[in-house]
Amino acid sequence: MSATTQTRPRTQASVPPPRPGQRRARMRIGITRWLFVIPAALFVAVFFGYPVVKNIIMSFQDYTTKTFFTGEAPWVGLGNYIQVFQSSVFATSVVNTALFTAGSIILQFVIGLALALFFRRHFPLSGFLRGLLLLPWLLPLIASSAVWKWLLDQDSGALNQLLGVVGIAPVPWLVSPSLALIAVIGVNVWLGIPFNTTILYSGLQSVPPELYEAGALDGATGFKAFWYITWPSIRSVVSVVIVLGVVYTLKVVDIILGLTGGGPANSTQTLATNAYHQSFINFQFGIGAAVSNVLIVVSFVFAMVYIAISRKAVDE
Amino acid sequence: MKQRFPSPSRRTRALVGAVAVLATIPLVLTGCSGSGSASSGGSKALTIEDYYDATYNPVYKQCAKEVDATVTINHVAGAGLISKVLQQASSRTLPDVLMLDNPDVQQIAASGALSDLSDYGLSAEGDVPGVKAASTYKGKLYGLQSNTNSIALYYNKKLLADAGVQPPKTWDELKAAAKKLTSGSTYGFAMSNINTYEGTWQFLPFFWSNGGDEKDIATPEAAQALQLVEDLQNDGSMSKSSINWAQADVNSQFLAGKAAMMINGPWQLPALNAKKGLEFDSVPIPTRTGSETVAPLGGEAFTVPQTGDKDKMQLAAKFVGCLHSEKTQKALAEVSGNVPTNLEAGAAWASDHPQVASFVTTVKTARARTGELGPDWPKAATKIYTAVQLALTGKADPEAALKQAQSQSQ
Repeated sequence: MSATTQTRPRTQASVPPPRPGQRRARMRIGITRWLFVIPAALFVAVFFGYPVVKNIIMSFQDYTTKTFFTGEAPWVGLGNYIQVFQSSVFATSVVNTALFTAGSIILQFVIGLALALFFRRHFPLSGFLRGLLLLPWLLPLIASSAVWKWLLDQDSGALNQLLGVVGIAPVPWLVSPSLALIAVIGVNVWLGIPFNTTILYSGLQSVPPELYEAGALDGATGFKAFWYITWPSIRSVVSVVIVLGVVYTLKVVDIILGLTGGGPANSTQTLATNAYHQSFINFQFGIGAAVSNVLIVVSFVFAMVYIAISRKAVDE
Repeated sequence: MKQRFPSPSRRTRALVGAVAVLATIPLVLTGCSGSGSASSGGSKALTIEDYYDATYNPVYKQCAKEVDATVTINHVAGAGLISKVLQQASSRTLPDVLMLDNPDVQQIAASGALSDLSDYGLSAEGDVPGVKAASTYKGKLYGLQSNTNSIALYYNKKLLADAGVQPPKTWDELKAAAKKLTSGSTYGFAMSNINTYEGTWQFLPFFWSNGGDEKDIATPEAAQALQLVEDLQNDGSMSKSSINWAQADVNSQFLAGKAAMMINGPWQLPALNAKKGLEFDSVPIPTRTGSETVAPLGGEAFTVPQTGDKDKMQLAAKFVGCLHSEKTQKALAEVSGNVPTNLEAGAAWASDHPQVASFVTTVKTARARTGELGPDWPKAATKIYTAVQLALTGKADPEAALKQAQSQSQ
């Protein structure tokens, strides 16, 4: 592969200067290539490019309810960003976003991998149970967050009643500022396990069984087999699951809004809910856009990591 | 194969260029739209937009008959109304008659989307003064409210009688009563302290009655009010979950007998009356010294948006005038459980409908949320519920919580 890249300049250099007819033919080939690209480029431009560009422009404007009727959005330069960075809620949001994302990803991944390994052994009803595992994914997010809100209620929630049987005093899951974020992470983990299990399970399916047979002859069984055979074989799948998980988790809004609305006292406010709040509750679309641009930059970094990893995986 | 394509960096650079050029196309397209406004001159068809439900349709149809118009009624889900209105404002497709929650009227009026109702000969004369203030922006009347409401202290008659407690009038009485009524799984008192404008709305009667002011919430008077709510929680008379409850949740607690007293509005009356075996009544919300309660005004205003069709706006104004007539005010009050806005009609209504009496009393001295700050009210409202949440979660004592919330830039 690297050999061909090295030889390319030489082959290009050895081509004699093109004659007029040849140039026209090459141009036609060039246009044809572009025609293939245009549909995809158009799609990307309309559905991804425009909103992103619009969002960036909006973050430099004083974009409020007035703008919708008059169309006037005065340019404020970095004003929105300065206001955002100075607010105490922003600092809280950054910390919460980091904790929420890290906590969710680690737990989702560990539990997801454990379940995927568990389901690899065949036992009665394993297929059915694996299907059942997808259930959280099939429920509308706002419905499942409403149910979780009932389950986690301090006075009459099912979880606290269950703990009461064992003699544990009611836990203020969604009410205490120090517990609310943990509770929200817990619900998000519940929601993310199906994704992790499904992808990791399919990764595990592609590990050739001969490797284990050969490994067993050399004494690699149990944890050793996992560490020296399974893990290296699914490493590329693992990195994809984690990077995609990070991007999905960063932008979570509905679960948090459904459970706590960012409260109590902003203890579950993340960048995503903060942006939502600025734009659609306070109707300060410029400031909301500034917050979401910060989020976009963070997601973009992880998206680049994803592209780098998937490219490396293809090359391998 | 690979050699036939240009190097990746050149390819991406070209692609980025193409995307950048193409990205301008939608911008140009949106620039074109919106300039042509649909006008069907002389038509008698009016469109109405609100966040009510179908039970209001007969009242609308009656008024349509009276002004000789036909109506298309569009009910939108409550939370989505403002975003819908903003969309319609930018695409110039606003309805002919638009209902707005009263604290939103000034903000939408400030954008220029509404027309001055006095141009059509309409006035809010004889209405509760606070209601008129909520619909007035820079001296012009942009909305008319047929009904208004506020909040009061509901109590469970049976639970109070069993405990030998009289409905409280002062804060000390409220604290004592709530403590006495708390037993087993029943809390003495319930209110919504959620981190939304609903939480602010429920805290306002304590805050305003004691001399709190939204311009600067970090005052000793406001701290006293917040201390009361914190005491109620720390005494165990109010559930710690109140910081997560919307007003509907508070009502569920009361209906289930898990709260002996609650703060809520007259719009809960249909649900309360439907509950068999529940005997309840309400009194104005207690104040520190037993003085008059200053509560916030609720209810929705009908407005006539700038649609560009002068004849239709005229007809829409006539329709709004009909909705504001005393007869329709009563018809709407029957449907909603709220109070007619006209002072005389309200007084008459209270004598016929004893369940609403405490609200009629409260409304007379109630204030509009946008009365002082106008379109800037939402910022103050955010500060107020932030302070309540900080105090009730124990993150700060009332005084520090108010100071922290007041200094918060957002």
